[in-house]
Amino acid sequence: MEPPSLNSSASRVQLAIVQSKPRKGNYAENLAELRAIFAQLGSSDPPPDLVILPEGALTGYFLEGAVYELALDAQRFARDLSDAWSGANGGTRVDIACGFYENFGGTYHNSAVYLEVDGGKPTIRHVHRKMFLPTYGVFDEERFLSRGRRLQVFDTRFGLMALLICEDVWHAIMPTIAAVKGARMLIVPSAAPGRGIEEDDELGSIARWREILHATAAEHGVYVLYAGLAGFEGGKGMTGSSRVVNPHGRTLVEAPALGAHILRATLDMREIDLARATLPLLGDLNAVLPDLLLDDELPLPKVRQ
Amino acid sequence: MTLPVIEAQTGRFTAPPHINAKITAEWLVAFLQDEILIRRAIHCAVVGLSGGVDSAVTAFLCARALGPESVYAIRMPYQTSSPSSLTDAQLVIDALGIQARTIEITDAVNGYLQFEPDADARRRGNVMARVRMVVLFDQSAKYNALPVGTGNKTERLLGYFTWHADDTPPVNPIGDLYKTQVWELARYLGVPKELIEKAPSADLEANQTDEADLGITYAKADSLLARMLEGYSNEQLVEHGFERRDVELVRRRLDGTHWKRHLPTTAMLTNTAINEFYLRPVDF
Repeated sequence: MEPPSLNSSASRVQLAIVQSKPRKGNYAENLAELRAIFAQLGSSDPPPDLVILPEGALTGYFLEGAVYELALDAQRFARDLSDAWSGANGGTRVDIACGFYENFGGTYHNSAVYLEVDGGKPTIRHVHRKMFLPTYGVFDEERFLSRGRRLQVFDTRFGLMALLICEDVWHAIMPTIAAVKGARMLIVPSAAPGRGIEEDDELGSIARWREILHATAAEHGVYVLYAGLAGFEGGKGMTGSSRVVNPHGRTLVEAPALGAHILRATLDMREIDLARATLPLLGDLNAVLPDLLLDDELPLPKVRQ
Repeated sequence: MTLPVIEAQTGRFTAPPHINAKITAEWLVAFLQDEILIRRAIHCAVVGLSGGVDSAVTAFLCARALGPESVYAIRMPYQTSSPSSLTDAQLVIDALGIQARTIEITDAVNGYLQFEPDADARRRGNVMARVRMVVLFDQSAKYNALPVGTGNKTERLLGYFTWHADDTPPVNPIGDLYKTQVWELARYLGVPKELIEKAPSADLEANQTDEADLGITYAKADSLLARMLEGYSNEQLVEHGFERRDVELVRRRLDGTHWKRHLPTTAMLTNTAINEFYLRPVDF
């Protein structure tokens, strides 16, 4: 695979992260609200090139059995997002990444779609199906959903990217594989119920997320774009805290835990090359990875299962 | 040469769980606003104000979330209630400027208990607690306000409450806070010190205290409950320095009261049984 060059992709990206606070299960109303948010974004200066929304952005996260009523096929969901954007902003161009519950021919996934909208028409670049479905403690995803089977990177006008949904990014091997495959931006839609009231400055779960996102960005020299769901769901408060982490592992901008917000940042893709030159860990990993994977003690399958 | 040794701190293991009170207060205010104003489009709350620290903290949080003019404090004394409970509750009412009403439950409780003269203290206490909820829910209908619960995590885990009474309000901001954490939060919120420093009491009988009823201090109970819920066995807890008697007492109460923390057990007969197969979140 050829590395993406700066000539073939934009060097600056106008980013908007929408930290949404949906009404539980009310897809139509949430979509109408998103259209209003898109209108706000479209009239901003500069308008965003890329808009990112959280996991379950238009339905809420904890749906239990109602997930089967609210899951949509990716084409329909992409069309709804595209119509919302174009209804507010005409034929202007934008890329959108958004989490949703997916009905894939009767198999249900916690998914995220990346689409390009141009001239009012959506083109799906990728659908990632969450691979690590938390089913412990307060979580019960695998009771209702099937896990994704593959982590793929995908090309965009801004270069190669990967989508990792919530717990996906807690397993260090996931961003590692994405980075080794060439991803320069990791988009992380998430819904994180807050807990932990012993820390000095913030909820413990927010502190843990920050550590993970900073470490991920710094280790691989990637932008990490985290969109957190906000709002309370049956007493469980989603911790928002959307953030943009640069390839040096530093937060450029972050949202508070509570409430709906829009984050804006300008991403300079040349920072990725600078970060990797300063701290060439990804290059080192590429060199060592074959030896690691040939280790007979690793429980790796010989063929794809 | 001897090198200095730095040992990991283990002292916190037997200490009651600590909170950041500022963050906790902010989170609970947001919770109340979301549950009451946004989800239910109700603008007022009713709180049964006992004169104890739990209901005081709940009233303080409600006043922050909704504004003091939107909080109705209902005092519901019985003939045996301590007069100091009324005056302590008044301190909260005065401090917050919330609306308040006192409704005696003596006639209602005695109206039933006259037919049960042999009822012991436990039964009489349960009747009082349930009558208080009759009053609180009716007051909520009168004011178009939401009843807000005041049960803390310690009493919920020890089963030290009346089932379908103290636990009935549809929202409860402090139900995931141990008693010692409620005290921490009370200090941060500015609850009058008289309520924080006095011995907690269900106030169902004269000179009753929670800690005498339970046979253990809240500090010890909270430390033990926190570790038990984290998965530590009785033997491990004893190894870490807890008294075996305390460990067994708390474990017995915890294990014997799971049923009090659930809805009634319903016989499952179909594959659409509610809350077994037919699963919908509470806020759907």
